[in-house]
Amino acid sequence: MDFPIFHLDFMGNRMLVAVIAILHVVINHGLAVGFIPLVTWLEYKGFVINERRHADGHAWDELARKLMFIGFIITTTVGALTGVGIWFAASLANPASIGSLVRVFYFAWFTEWIVFMLEVVFIMIYFLTWKKSVTSAHSKLRHIRFGLALSIFSWLTMAIIVAILGFMMDPGNWLSKHTLLQGFANPIYLPQLIFRTPVAMMIAGTFILMATLYILKKDSPIKREAVKTVSAWIMRWTPIAAVGAFIYYWQIPRMMIGNLPVAIATQQFQDWYNSLLWVGVFAIAVGFIVSGSGFFFPTRLPRPLMVIPVVVSVLFLGTFERIREFIRKPYVIGNYMYANGLLADDYPLYQQNGLLSESTWSGICTITPENELQAGENVFAISCTRCHTTHGINSIVWNFERMYGAGQPLNPDAMKAYIKQMHNVRTYMPPFPGNDAELDALVAYIIFEQKEPTTLEGAQLRGPSLFGNLDRKVTN
Amino acid sequence: MNMIMQIPVPKDISLPLPLPGGVLMGILIFSFLLHILFINLMLGSTILTFWFQLKGLKDSDYDVLAREIAATITVNKSMGVVLGVAPLLSINVLYTIYFYSANAMTGYAWISIVPWVALAFLLLYLHKYTWDRFAGNRSFHIAILSLPMLSFLVIPFIFLTNINLMLFPERWNEVHGFLSALALPNVFPRYFHFLAASLALTGLFLFIYFGRKTYTPAHAFNRLQQADLQQMMLNLTLGATGSQLIFGPLLFLTLPSKGVSWSLFFVIVGGVVFALAALVLMWRMQVSGNMAINRRFMLIVASLTVTVGFMGTGRHIYRENALRTHKELMAARTKTHQEAAKKAHENLPLPKETQELLSTINPGQELFQSHCAVCHAAATRLVGPPMTEASAIYAANPEALKKWIKAPGRKRPDYPQMTGFPQLTDQQLTDLSAYVLGNKWN
Repeated sequence: MDFPIFHLDFMGNRMLVAVIAILHVVINHGLAVGFIPLVTWLEYKGFVINERRHADGHAWDELARKLMFIGFIITTTVGALTGVGIWFAASLANPASIGSLVRVFYFAWFTEWIVFMLEVVFIMIYFLTWKKSVTSAHSKLRHIRFGLALSIFSWLTMAIIVAILGFMMDPGNWLSKHTLLQGFANPIYLPQLIFRTPVAMMIAGTFILMATLYILKKDSPIKREAVKTVSAWIMRWTPIAAVGAFIYYWQIPRMMIGNLPVAIATQQFQDWYNSLLWVGVFAIAVGFIVSGSGFFFPTRLPRPLMVIPVVVSVLFLGTFERIREFIRKPYVIGNYMYANGLLADDYPLYQQNGLLSESTWSGICTITPENELQAGENVFAISCTRCHTTHGINSIVWNFERMYGAGQPLNPDAMKAYIKQMHNVRTYMPPFPGNDAELDALVAYIIFEQKEPTTLEGAQLRGPSLFGNLDRKVTN
Repeated sequence: MNMIMQIPVPKDISLPLPLPGGVLMGILIFSFLLHILFINLMLGSTILTFWFQLKGLKDSDYDVLAREIAATITVNKSMGVVLGVAPLLSINVLYTIYFYSANAMTGYAWISIVPWVALAFLLLYLHKYTWDRFAGNRSFHIAILSLPMLSFLVIPFIFLTNINLMLFPERWNEVHGFLSALALPNVFPRYFHFLAASLALTGLFLFIYFGRKTYTPAHAFNRLQQADLQQMMLNLTLGATGSQLIFGPLLFLTLPSKGVSWSLFFVIVGGVVFALAALVLMWRMQVSGNMAINRRFMLIVASLTVTVGFMGTGRHIYRENALRTHKELMAARTKTHQEAAKKAHENLPLPKETQELLSTINPGQELFQSHCAVCHAAATRLVGPPMTEASAIYAANPEALKKWIKAPGRKRPDYPQMTGFPQLTDQQLTDLSAYVLGNKWN
């Protein structure tokens, strides 16, 4: 509408955000929040053992240091960059919503930034002072205490960020009551925290188990004990993660009944909600199997197979993040802005005067038979592309073919009737924002795309103007 | 009327700023300077590491020096990234339309920053932690470093292009992708100014770093003394700051005139005066050969800090000047839009009228039109089966129909599954099923 439209016509804009965000969450949970307490625990074990058996104690300390080296490298590169990257991607994918949110959540994000900065500084201190800490028992103990403080701090970072997320999710009063405390009082806040904490510990355990198997040589005297220790860690957190996941799973529809009665029973939601259960059960089972075999057969754990729990953990977290995103719909900001970036309050104007004449980048005021396809493409770009592509992921053509039969020529009258009422039927969809002529044009464009597929280029290639992309004339 | 000829005037975000504009601008200028300081050190130190490692191929002392400098990058680069968030947040909130529009127009380049910088950092670590492993193959080791160094030299173009592009909405229609935005005037002079500043600041930083009383190199030098290192770094700062006498005027003279004002001129001149003072002091220090970090040296640091403050403010004044007219146009457009949107609400049928309108229609029919007709036609298949079939199946059993509408299953393999309607009340379901079963569908 007001911003040049960045668009990825194959992967879709949301996928870009999702990939970066999930990578960041996995690194944050698996290599910081859950990781640092376990590393500190291993370092502490080394300290205790050191008093009786010096060589073994040193080996434990080295293991912990090498693990932290991995954590340090990844969090300060991919971790830090994907954190900023969520901003970059989200402001490309939906600038109107981020632009609005940043005005309300400036202080919340500023706070988040300060804790994030401190976390990075503390991680650097913890790792970069490691080698010096070995010189005396006193400095080692101080280093371990610092690790403990860092563990608590990175958990608090997560607790604050979850509040910010929860607050942004809170539909309804987000404009009137904007204090961060609202985020902590959000009905999904505690379930999220109860879920995320043990899952972070569990995921970090699987990462560390895999890394330990690669770090320690076959004949390392501490290998057996180290694998057992890490496995026991996973085993302790897995049932808590199961409980947390179930509470979260149980709470989501109840929260939605209170806030978004419309979105709850769509087929899409049900499918995802069910997949949540299966992925959860599967992940918990894998957690038990891996930690059980690690605990009882610590020397016979095959290294390459350890990729499986890591992948399952990522899947587990990703599924929960996806469902958390989905329950916002049809809004991107509850009751204020629809997922297409248009304000709910502006709808009557657009529906009366037309979407294109109110947009900055279309340049079409009156739709004529000559410019109908062009106009349809512009309507599509403005009101559909935040979620849909032409022929890629969540393709608009595919969605209609799925309804009316694959390969069948689409019927314009049925499509028009559907689009006008789709928000009643598929309640996660925003209402169509334009007037009747624009609806006709949009339908003509989709039908054209079915017959002669073209790629819709975003502003990053075609420039900001929506003018003149579709210069091919329809020949019939 | 050709669209290309018009200046695009978008509507602004219709929410108030979280803080007074002046405060936000203060935060923006300060946090940006802090961020760019560490970025300067990151870039400068990477270039120096590379340069001294090359020299180290002939004289091993320089390899040791390179290693000493490389050790500082780890912290500086991390600080550079995390400190970037505050100015990013502030520029987002102050210049939402301008900044995000520029981001979208250079989208691929803009988002590539994320994986690219992450990769460059990883390579930087690889270089740092393989110093001993590649002792016998220095050229390969240097080649690894060349990748992050080239990345750090190229990535600033993406930021500069965005920061530059956001100032010229009247030229947005000419832009088709990153490269055409890069070609807009002023990106390159800004770049050289930034590059010289990076070297100058790195020299200053390393002068202090090597000059500390507690400084002990992690690896021993053969020949180079502490004072030699400091002398080199002071030379670097002196030379790089001096080169700004060329790059600075070049930047100022190529600024598109729309944002140039007398206040900008005087702020820049103020910065130049302090820079000249710092240059004279550094020159005298160099001649005297006294490398102590004393009061005189702190005066140099203070003068350059003031210069940086002036330049950061000047940069902001230019931005404000350049966007002033467009901001006014945008505010006017936003106001008109908000009034029109309000008026459109008044044009909507009043709830009372709607109710009167509704009461003339059968409520079940109304529900059918809004919720069912999009997929079900009377006698033909649409998305779902025709109503003739449905009404025949449930003719004797309205309760089963209600149950089905609320939570349908899947009966027909050749049809997509029906959506459920749990949001309908029992009364609505009763009305709807009465209509479905009572209506003559043929």
